[in-house]
Amino acid sequence: MNWPAIRAIYRFEMSRFWRTAMQSILAPVISTSLYFVVFGAAIGSRMSTVDGVPYGLFIVPGLVMLALLTQSIANASFGIYFPRFAGTIYEILSAPISPVEVVLGYVGAAASKSILIGLIILATAALFVPLHIEHPVWMMAFLVLTAVTFSLFGFVIGLWADGFEKLQLVPLLVVTPLTFLGGSFYAIEMLPPFWRTVSLANPVVYLISGFRWAFFGTADVAIGISLAMTGLFLAVCLGLVAWIFRTGYRLKS
Amino acid sequence: MSPIISIENLSKTYASGLSALKTVNLAIARGEIFALLGPNGAGKSTLINIVCGIVTPSTGTVTVDGHDIGSGYRGARKAIGLVPQELTTDAFESVWNTVSFTRGLFGLKKDPGHIERVLRDLSLWEKRDARLMTLSGGMKRRVLIAKALSHEPTVLFLDEPSAGVDVELRQDMWRMVRRLREQGVTVILTTHYIEEAEEMADRIGVIRKGEIILVEEKAELIRKLGRKQLTLQLQAPLAALPADLADRGLELSQGGQELVYTYDAKAERTGITGLLTDLGAAGIRFSDLRTSQSSLEDIFVDLVRERA
Repeated sequence: MNWPAIRAIYRFEMSRFWRTAMQSILAPVISTSLYFVVFGAAIGSRMSTVDGVPYGLFIVPGLVMLALLTQSIANASFGIYFPRFAGTIYEILSAPISPVEVVLGYVGAAASKSILIGLIILATAALFVPLHIEHPVWMMAFLVLTAVTFSLFGFVIGLWADGFEKLQLVPLLVVTPLTFLGGSFYAIEMLPPFWRTVSLANPVVYLISGFRWAFFGTADVAIGISLAMTGLFLAVCLGLVAWIFRTGYRLKS
Repeated sequence: MSPIISIENLSKTYASGLSALKTVNLAIARGEIFALLGPNGAGKSTLINIVCGIVTPSTGTVTVDGHDIGSGYRGARKAIGLVPQELTTDAFESVWNTVSFTRGLFGLKKDPGHIERVLRDLSLWEKRDARLMTLSGGMKRRVLIAKALSHEPTVLFLDEPSAGVDVELRQDMWRMVRRLREQGVTVILTTHYIEEAEEMADRIGVIRKGEIILVEEKAELIRKLGRKQLTLQLQAPLAALPADLADRGLELSQGGQELVYTYDAKAERTGITGLLTDLGAAGIRFSDLRTSQSSLEDIFVDLVRERA
């Protein structure tokens, strides 16, 4: 294992995060606060509880997940796309690094960043609602698993994209709708039966449901299924990345 | 001694169908400075990029210091420092960080002493905390060289090192290359500035349309393919060559003002003495004379044109 290389890539990526700390930390804090003002205070005050959980509290896991998914994808896709765009990727390709090490460096940094942002959002949420986490270990496990999975997914997007437009396309057209429709702000069982069934095809439902279970002990979907689905997405993303490196797809001509 | 780089039956056809390299065989000796000459699009960069791991070869094998670039890529790449043709740098990083980053990528522990030496050698020490985007093109080129030397490679690739570089940096670079050679580093450079190859290289390879058409010691190449010319400036112009000098291989130029004699510099008998005697006997007087030898540039242009 070339540990110095993994460390070098990891540090390089993290320094980008700290360099833009205002943007990378303040932005999620502000947007979370806005969600709380709009959904928690304004709308939530007119709503009863969901599954016995006050609405303001109910949306916390969904908000964290929303940020986790978008940040993981954005960080990881940009992290690998930019060197390709700027040409500095030559350095990664000509260094004595294995694909596994490249992924550990880039995806590790992207996942660290989004975990950090997830925790910051949790802390922000604690300012608005009395936060109680039923299963803190599982909460962290879901947080880390989701961050890693979607950082891997973002990495794949960053390798596939051949322009800044494509880089935005998947998050904008696929991930954000899936997250909003995946029960960030509502429980699936609040939907009419038909849409409830449709929702089960949305992978994000399982992530949010599992995460919510870690907070409140209740969920839309059985926790075992949530965990299995999260593991499945992780496996799919790992498989994709492995295939890309084996074929040199978009990395080497 | 076994070659430090050995390339066998290497070919590359890009997905677009472009055949960039056709069965290239080449061996680079340990510690030499090898210049790869060729016009744009001849395959120079493709060849370098394959050896460095950036482009996947279609067929053939390459070993670097005994390591196959495929199965032994770690060993092969560790030995190599690459200065790419394009000035690609991370805009927001500092000089110090970007050079240290490269050392890390190559799996080496931090060595601030070595990084300092490299930066000082390249006149970058004062700029160590400057962000890369604030540097001039020449300074960026220095940074790329510093990055390539950060992990103490035994083979250094310079892909078009003097593209867009001023005279001072070019001379600095030549000095650096000589110093590296003294330390036993093998240097491979591609260039289309013949002057550069003539100045620095021990051996020269010429690549054209994906084929290496010639590999030769520089001195030998100039001697073998170089011609010498003796030009005599005549006191009185000649309308035509005298009949008894017709078989001497002489040419009139400048409207009969000059007489040009082309000869083979390596031949034991150049025929100059006999020619001068005959000229005297024919009553042809000259006011001045000069000799010239074809440069590498002339040879190169001839070579590339000949096979076009």
